[in-house]
Amino acid sequence: MKKKITYTEIEGRSLGYYALLVVLGALVLLGAGAALYMEHNGHYVTGMSNQIVWGMPHVFAVFLIVAASGALNVASISSVFAKTAYKPMAPLSALLAISLLLGGLVILVLDLGHPDRLIVAMTFYNFKSIFAWNMILYNGFFVIVGVYLWFMLDRTMANYSKYAGFAAFFWRLTLTTGTGSIFGFIVARQGFDSAIMAPMFVVMSFAYGLAIFLLVLMATYSWRGAELGDGTVRRLKNLLGVFIAGAMYFVVVFHLTNLYMTKHHGVEAFTLRDGGIYTQLFWYGEILVGGVLPLILLYLPVTGKSRIAISFASILVILGGLAQMYVTIVGGQAYPLEMFPGKEIIASSFFDAGVKSYTPTLAEALLGIGGFAMALIMIPLALRILRFIPVSMADAEIDPHYREAK
Amino acid sequence: MKQLPTDPSRRNFLGKTAAAGLLIAPGVLLHQVAQARPADEAASSKVRWGMLVDTNTCSKGCDACVTACQTENGWGGEHSNEVKSSPEQQSQWIRKVTLRDKQNGHEQSLPLMCQHCETPPCVDVCPTGASMKRADGIVLVDKHICIGCRYCMMACPYKARSFVHEELHDQKPYAPRGKGTVESCTMCVHRVDKDGTPACVEACNKAGHQAMWFGDLNNPNSDISKRLKEYGGNQIRADLGLNTGVRYQGL
Amino acid sequence: MMRTLTLMAVGLLLALPLTIQASDLLPKVPLPAGKDKCVEPTDVMRREHMHFILHQRDETMHKGIRTTKHSLKECINCHNAPREDGKVAHIESKDHFCNSCHSYAAVTIDCFQCHADKPENTNYRHSLVENTLPHHPEMSGSALTKDTLNVLATKGDAK
Repeated sequence: MKKKITYTEIEGRSLGYYALLVVLGALVLLGAGAALYMEHNGHYVTGMSNQIVWGMPHVFAVFLIVAASGALNVASISSVFAKTAYKPMAPLSALLAISLLLGGLVILVLDLGHPDRLIVAMTFYNFKSIFAWNMILYNGFFVIVGVYLWFMLDRTMANYSKYAGFAAFFWRLTLTTGTGSIFGFIVARQGFDSAIMAPMFVVMSFAYGLAIFLLVLMATYSWRGAELGDGTVRRLKNLLGVFIAGAMYFVVVFHLTNLYMTKHHGVEAFTLRDGGIYTQLFWYGEILVGGVLPLILLYLPVTGKSRIAISFASILVILGGLAQMYVTIVGGQAYPLEMFPGKEIIASSFFDAGVKSYTPTLAEALLGIGGFAMALIMIPLALRILRFIPVSMADAEIDPHYREAK
Repeated sequence: MKQLPTDPSRRNFLGKTAAAGLLIAPGVLLHQVAQARPADEAASSKVRWGMLVDTNTCSKGCDACVTACQTENGWGGEHSNEVKSSPEQQSQWIRKVTLRDKQNGHEQSLPLMCQHCETPPCVDVCPTGASMKRADGIVLVDKHICIGCRYCMMACPYKARSFVHEELHDQKPYAPRGKGTVESCTMCVHRVDKDGTPACVEACNKAGHQAMWFGDLNNPNSDISKRLKEYGGNQIRADLGLNTGVRYQGL
Repeated sequence: MMRTLTLMAVGLLLALPLTIQASDLLPKVPLPAGKDKCVEPTDVMRREHMHFILHQRDETMHKGIRTTKHSLKECINCHNAPREDGKVAHIESKDHFCNSCHSYAAVTIDCFQCHADKPENTNYRHSLVENTLPHHPEMSGSALTKDTLNVLATKGDAK
């Protein structure tokens, strides 16, 4: 027996709703200002240099892009793996995927040396470049997930939504593989060069995307004053735990394989022991905040049932994810290129010797935060316009296998 | 306005004359066999331009090659037009690096610049095709379609590329460079196209070190090929299999 | 009726300075002494110059073809040659032939973010040894620039 689910838009007239828009809108404006400032002056106003060429904007952008494909998970589970309990959340999941990707891409584009030449990026393609593939993957993602959303929301097309869901699922896997490969295929730098980067990014995307989705879902229902069943929350938080553990597994394998190869001992010692800020961000940020603490919060019987604890765990996963991106992207560049094995560089005018330093400026941080805010502000706006969410997410409404608790 | 002579027969005749060696100053002979290419003829893959550095004769305190490149191409130096950028942000097309062997303490110095790979990672990764390799093996950035993403800088194993972090003025007509684009050693392509030799190589010879050689790697009779055949030459990061156009002796 | 006439009179009066100065407002593309025409007829150049330059740009950049007829460098060398007082117009100034026309037509160009807006130093490629190898007009004699040689002379043999 199948229950019919009624979808609704949000009213969006409360003071809280407008306050949310004002706060996020202010952050978006600050980000836009930062982008203009960087574009007008040139990149000398950032902490990025010819030594650390990708910095804070890329940390945020890559995180959001990876999280975007992860946010689509809930929809994929419903359409690809036919779990009906996830189906009511599928439209919100697809919406979040689109908004996060858009936020990430805006950051990436505005950090270019020539954002004015976006048209060049769209018309000149070098098909050997993973970046160029990604441009196709990103644009394709918007189209495919957009069509998927349309099929889900339009009753006359509902029969096709399963196929669109399949397409979106494969596309998002390719997209994250492509994003991971941006780094994985850089053979020149010891910190990146690893084929495991791509699958690692895929699993990390599951965790980051689901963490953001859980927060958005819980906030939406709590602020609407509508019911969100414990069954749904429990299911999602358990899934989040599995994804965090999966991501941790890949991090361990990544470093173990590097430790096995003698030529990578230098960069491993850097990340794990001697890297200063990067080592601290790795152990305290990526591992402790992004992995161990959320796992404890999600699985301890006391905290595992508390929505506050689950929200907190989700926030920790996001912070840990940003730390992971910082360690991977900036740390990978801070470690000096190994050009002359067996020799040390004792003099160079171009900072060839030693670890490179990077101090992000306010402008580039604001650009990153502004992009994040832009991804988020699209959610309350879209929810007010179209019917993305079920009126009620009470367990009895959405779960065919639901039984009253004993 | 002067027009270049385009009569091929005349050019060929002159090319042979040039092959006898360029006398640039009394006592300094350029070891470069030039093949004159008419101005309207495209660069050909029959030629592969390359450089050879002899680290044994490269002098530690000398940076004549760097200075010559700065003057020729209008970057860095005392009169740098990058006034707002930090030293880490300023461009460097070529730099001198001093090395010490960790085991025996042997010290040597060498110039490091774009290695003009046969299979350049920067060209592979560039999304728009701005990072490109000419038929004659010179790796360049087409700044007209460079969007400033810096992926090539991430991919280069030699950190040979720089990004321009601010608005520039007073560029050299032969070496356009500007804000928001990536740049690197062009092997003085504007000189090479006119049978010339890169500024660094000329300066090194002028300074009397004779540590840098320029020529056609495809031509077995060129001085650079003969020298490579006799003494060999290493690539930096040969493990990557990039078949660099710049080779080093004594490394 | 009276009102209309007054308005027309005022309008004419206001337009007067414009008609007087109209010739000053028109773009100027100067030719150097001894030249009476460009490489293409004026009307062709006016409409097509960007296509010529764009085509030449790719030919030079990707193939190393360095014919001078349609090259931006030659445009600059001819049309922005140093004036009699030895000064050269910069792109920001209305005296620069590119800016003169482009500000008139309100079309933004970004050529000069990278390209030099004035001819190369007249001393550039000044030859030390006269007529040794005059097979390239720009490169007779030494292929080293005067600047480079000066620098080398002062710092050269640091052995």
